[in-house]
Amino acid sequence: MESSLLNLEQGDDETINSIFRAAHSIKGGAGTFGFNQVTEFTHLVETLLDEMRDGRRAIEQNDIELLLDSVDCMRLLIESIRDEVDCDLTKINETSDLLTISLNKGKEAEEVQASSEQSSANDQQQANSGQSIWHIEFIPDHHLVQTGNDPLLLFNALADLGELVVEANCKDLPAVTDIDAEELYISWQLTLTSSSTEEDIKEVFEWVEDECKLNITQESASSSDATPAQEPTEPDDSSNDVTPSVEAAPTPAPTVASAPPPPLEPVPEEIQTAKSQNKNVEAKATTKAKAEVGSIRVGVDKVDSLINLVGELVITQSMLSELGNDFDITKVERLTSGLEQLLQNTKELQESVMRIRMLPISFAFNRFPRLIHDLSKKTGKEIELILKGEQTELDKTVMEQIGDPLVHLVRNAVDHGIEPAEVRVANGKPEKGTIVLDAYHQGGNIVIEISDDGGGINRQAVFNKALEKGLVDEKTQLTDSQVFDLIFEAGFSTAVEVSDISGRGVGMDVVKKNIQSLGGRIQVESEPGKGSKFKVNLPLTLAILDGQLVKVGTETYIVPLITIVESLQAKPELINRVSGDMLLYRLREDNVPVIPIYKLFDISAENEQVDNALLVVVEADGQKVGLMVDDLLAQQQVVIKSLKDNYQQVEGVSGATILGDGSVAMILDVPGMITMAMKNASQAQLHKRTPILEGVTS
Amino acid sequence: MTKILVVDDSNSIRDMVSFTLKSAGYETVEARDGQEGLSKAQSGSFDLVISDVNMPNMDGITLCGELRKLVSFKFTPILMLTTESSGDMKLRGKAAGATGWLVKPFNPEKLLATIKRVIR
Repeated sequence: MESSLLNLEQGDDETINSIFRAAHSIKGGAGTFGFNQVTEFTHLVETLLDEMRDGRRAIEQNDIELLLDSVDCMRLLIESIRDEVDCDLTKINETSDLLTISLNKGKEAEEVQASSEQSSANDQQQANSGQSIWHIEFIPDHHLVQTGNDPLLLFNALADLGELVVEANCKDLPAVTDIDAEELYISWQLTLTSSSTEEDIKEVFEWVEDECKLNITQESASSSDATPAQEPTEPDDSSNDVTPSVEAAPTPAPTVASAPPPPLEPVPEEIQTAKSQNKNVEAKATTKAKAEVGSIRVGVDKVDSLINLVGELVITQSMLSELGNDFDITKVERLTSGLEQLLQNTKELQESVMRIRMLPISFAFNRFPRLIHDLSKKTGKEIELILKGEQTELDKTVMEQIGDPLVHLVRNAVDHGIEPAEVRVANGKPEKGTIVLDAYHQGGNIVIEISDDGGGINRQAVFNKALEKGLVDEKTQLTDSQVFDLIFEAGFSTAVEVSDISGRGVGMDVVKKNIQSLGGRIQVESEPGKGSKFKVNLPLTLAILDGQLVKVGTETYIVPLITIVESLQAKPELINRVSGDMLLYRLREDNVPVIPIYKLFDISAENEQVDNALLVVVEADGQKVGLMVDDLLAQQQVVIKSLKDNYQQVEGVSGATILGDGSVAMILDVPGMITMAMKNASQAQLHKRTPILEGVTS
Repeated sequence: MTKILVVDDSNSIRDMVSFTLKSAGYETVEARDGQEGLSKAQSGSFDLVISDVNMPNMDGITLCGELRKLVSFKFTPILMLTTESSGDMKLRGKAAGATGWLVKPFNPEKLLATIKRVIR
């Protein structure tokens, strides 16, 4: 509904209809479960929408704002019901007042409806005492049965109200040859003894009242004021030719309905239903709250593919076990192929299970249209949001945690990125700013890009600010990307003035921290005057990691593949010894500190000389380091086991995994290792050579 | 067993109606909109159709009209679920051949009592 409302700004009929339907469904659902607050509220919304739909009311911007507010209120109401708490009613009341005011502007049915409700209530009160005898004359139109109504069933319903005597009048019955089997020719004279009111009786005939002549009279004199629902019957065709109905009916043959004793107290019934309804509500609410905890919605196709795979796995297993029953060396080939199949099955099974946790990123994206709408209203900037790759799938856990950082990035793009309209026009850009959210898969990762066509990052402003904060010194030469990385430092904001959207200087560092805790990276590209682009690189899942196995001495470690830039053999002439233990390797134009893993973890390695050693260059926090290893082993997917859960947090290690041979291998925590290495290294030298590291580690 | 086709675009209403009917011993088939309802109706026979009015693709009124054109649905009771009890809506329903209407919100007892008026 929200998304449709945003579309409504263009305002075509189909959109209004779909909004109306959404409101309608909410109201219907709420009403059914007895959430009266919601129903009442939604009713107002619906009425407003109805007017729009019928073209009685022009669609104005403030109406749309109002409706958006209403959506918030409905959400609030529904949440409060789900959590079984009372919500703050002030906002809701305010909004509903606004709605009412807005409605009254159009002077609509509201009042009429209220009064008609009242009058019907009065009616009911009037006639609520004692039993009375009702004479009902029921003369259906010939085509009554063609709408699926059946007089017999109507009479049964009447019989539920009290004692009923049915007499059929076959006077109008044509000759047998002229009878059309699809028509109804009989009329009935009914006598009902019941405590029911005229309303109750009318209700039974409610569906046929336009297709018959119905004349209801009460025997007692007091009923004279009760007017029949439709125009009274012409007097001529009543009474005379009355035959007992069972004998002569070509169409559905009504039997004389033998009536059960009349319900003595109709009122308590109502109370009972109300009670049971309440119970329903309660039950529903609790189950809902429970379901909220850790349930996941999975497409049937995914489950089906799982079942298929399990089937294949079973087949492979039975094949292998049969092979094992009488195994000899000639069957090795079959064994190998069987094992290969098993490998294939396992891989597919793993992928399928992972896919269950995958959700399209639209779940995280769909809050942005509204956000942009609100922000552009607040800032007075016109902004168009383009969403791309919404079907890209992402692990549920990752999705939940990436939401807030994304919101922050988008807010930033609106506040700092997009310039005010005048500035844009002056720079020859379209008045309306554009923000693009894009998601796509790249290798085993998902990349989310947030780009704007705004002013870009002011390199000089960032640099000056960094100087001010003492993060860099004047002589430092930094590449563009290094400068842009500075905006992720704590307490950094280049916004000239702090607005309530962003610019308080908390944020980007938190964004970066959050993304890193998910095992991801964030990069900035920016071009002055053209805009900036934030690229968030995230692992698809937190449970499995693509890793490079490396050997150091007798130990195997796993380096997350996502962090690896390249692997190379160190050439002695490119190694600089700085001071003490610190080594720098000249990698093209970068100086990369070398971290010998054996030293860091205090184990022995086969090769402790850096000359000609194997270096795995990894990048974290925008900082490259070379990890010195003995050997590179295979690349493989490993299942992450938490060390924290099974043992305790270990510095420099993010987790562990169990390898194919049953041994345990540690997964290296690259940012953590860099921090460790920096602590160990000589601080003074470090500060002089690579000032940026200071910012990263402190 | 009495077979009922329930057509509504709202999951909760559909579940609710269906659940109520099933617990009363009826057999139900569900459809999400008029289009689906129509195709399900064509592929089987039903003793009763309960349909919402406001739905995407095909609304309840149209569905009703389409059903009445089918020989097997000529006399089948068709009930419309409405939130609006306006006469206009009822007239339109009637014109399309609807048997009657159920005004939402309803409670399970009421629903069962009401449909007894049109099915055995």
